[in-house]
Amino acid sequence: MDKGTADGRAQLRRRLGLKLWLSGGWLGALVLAAVLAPWISPQDPLAQDLLSGRTPPFWADGSLRGFPLGTDSLGRDVLSRMIFGSRIALTVALVAGSITCLIGATLGLIAGFYRGWPDRLISRLVDIWMAFPPVLFAILLIAVLGTGLSSVILAIVVIDWTRFARVVRAEAMAQGAMDYVASAQVAGRGRWGTMLAEILPNVLPTIVALLTLEMGIAVIVEAILSFVNLSISTDDPSWGGMIAEGRTSVHQAWWVLVFPLIALFLTVLSFGQLGEGLKDRFDPVLR
Amino acid sequence: MTRPFLEIRNLSVALKGTRLRLLRSVNLSLDAGQVHGLVGESGAGKSMIGKAILGILPLSVAVVEGQILLDGSDLLALPPVERRRRIGGLTALIPQDPLTALNPSRRIGPQITDRLVDILGWARTRAEARSLELLEEVQIPDGARVMRNYPHELSGGMRQRILIASAFAAEPKLIVADEPTTALDVTVQKQILRLIRDMQARHGTALLFVTHDLGVVSKICQSLSVLYAGKVIEDGPMRDFFAAPKHPYSASLLAATPKYTDPEGSLLPVPEAVIAAVRADVAADDKGWTHG
Repeated sequence: MDKGTADGRAQLRRRLGLKLWLSGGWLGALVLAAVLAPWISPQDPLAQDLLSGRTPPFWADGSLRGFPLGTDSLGRDVLSRMIFGSRIALTVALVAGSITCLIGATLGLIAGFYRGWPDRLISRLVDIWMAFPPVLFAILLIAVLGTGLSSVILAIVVIDWTRFARVVRAEAMAQGAMDYVASAQVAGRGRWGTMLAEILPNVLPTIVALLTLEMGIAVIVEAILSFVNLSISTDDPSWGGMIAEGRTSVHQAWWVLVFPLIALFLTVLSFGQLGEGLKDRFDPVLR
Repeated sequence: MTRPFLEIRNLSVALKGTRLRLLRSVNLSLDAGQVHGLVGESGAGKSMIGKAILGILPLSVAVVEGQILLDGSDLLALPPVERRRRIGGLTALIPQDPLTALNPSRRIGPQITDRLVDILGWARTRAEARSLELLEEVQIPDGARVMRNYPHELSGGMRQRILIASAFAAEPKLIVADEPTTALDVTVQKQILRLIRDMQARHGTALLFVTHDLGVVSKICQSLSVLYAGKVIEDGPMRDFFAAPKHPYSASLLAATPKYTDPEGSLLPVPEAVIAAVRADVAADDKGWTHG
């Protein structure tokens, strides 16, 4: 290898590294916050104090000690609520993301590799599924299932598995046409074995990228559902719920809206960037 | 007379759900240790024959009649698991495009040793030793390092050598080489061709060589079949074919081969009349199929 491409590769790796570090750093901090929430929160996230409602963040006049990011209209500490809200955000991201991925990727892999009637069945199902407006679908589901964390997760899974199924199917189809798959089959590997041992590793980078993207989307969907009051009870602090509450008093207390929004934004962005970075890292050609 | 190692009887392959045949009652036989060429234009069905033997036909087509006898047993009559074991144990494939024929996300080593371990039940250390031996045989220096490489770290020629080594690894009795030199550049083509011929001679493997290049056929094969639209229009020993092709289509195919000595007289198109004649042949053969 000549020096030029070696340099280019090192440069690429450094840039990938930075992206991975920044997004990984934010998500790592979030995980820590979620795990340590009871110990690091300055206040009880549910404690109300109507007399000290809408106090501003620490740098503004009239701020209260121990309430660094201010309080909402009921006098609850914004920072503490955000820290506890990260638990819900991460739970939804991890659980909904993984289940969605597992179901969608499995069906996509089978459809793309086996073709024939499994493909026809799964593809038609995806087509029909995607014809429903997703938000309406989610609202309908939750109306039937009742609110709560598990309903939110189920709604996300039910809506979003098609994303995985579509992309993974296309990728599996492309890989299935390659000569190495034919060679593996001549060498006596069964269909199922070929799919798991030959196709899956080559589709994995795509699945990982999609998975992290899906985690970001799950966080957003949870926020949307909270926003329309269909997620978990408003007592439990979730970012979406905070944004919804903050919206009503945005002129008097912008911080109630803005801080959870920033957290949401950074989290979704980080998931996306992490996926990109991991995909490149997984790619044997760049490794 | 001894029984041929591979015998294809009256094999027809059709697009699923139609009576459109892509292979039209193909007959072919190949003795152990012999090299047989399959030649024809693109789409004539030459690769399709190889794929039918190896059980890797595209999902959109199916065998509609005929037998493929491999070492005396009809592959098509065997249950799938048994068939796969037989094919895996007796045959191997040298694929056309070395760039897609190795799994990009796995190291070279296990890709060669897998079939030895899985099909022949060898111990992994023995399979690895055998692979090193074969890599040496296909003139790859530093085989131990290459086995730890990923495919993208190697050149096309290197990869084709690895695929050849891998094909011979389990000592198959029959290898299907599906245009193994087409994707390579001309200088490498010649080396690879020589390598395949040497390996074939040393191991005594029967070889079914799929190509559109009559020049290649003349160097490596003892006999050949000429295909047009899925029909064998001429077959026989190599020498007879080059001395006096029987079918006018094969004659003009032969005449169309580029020659260094006579650039003006090369690359002649196959005359319209000849094509019409061969098509009429095929159509006559199809009676009872398309309307049956």
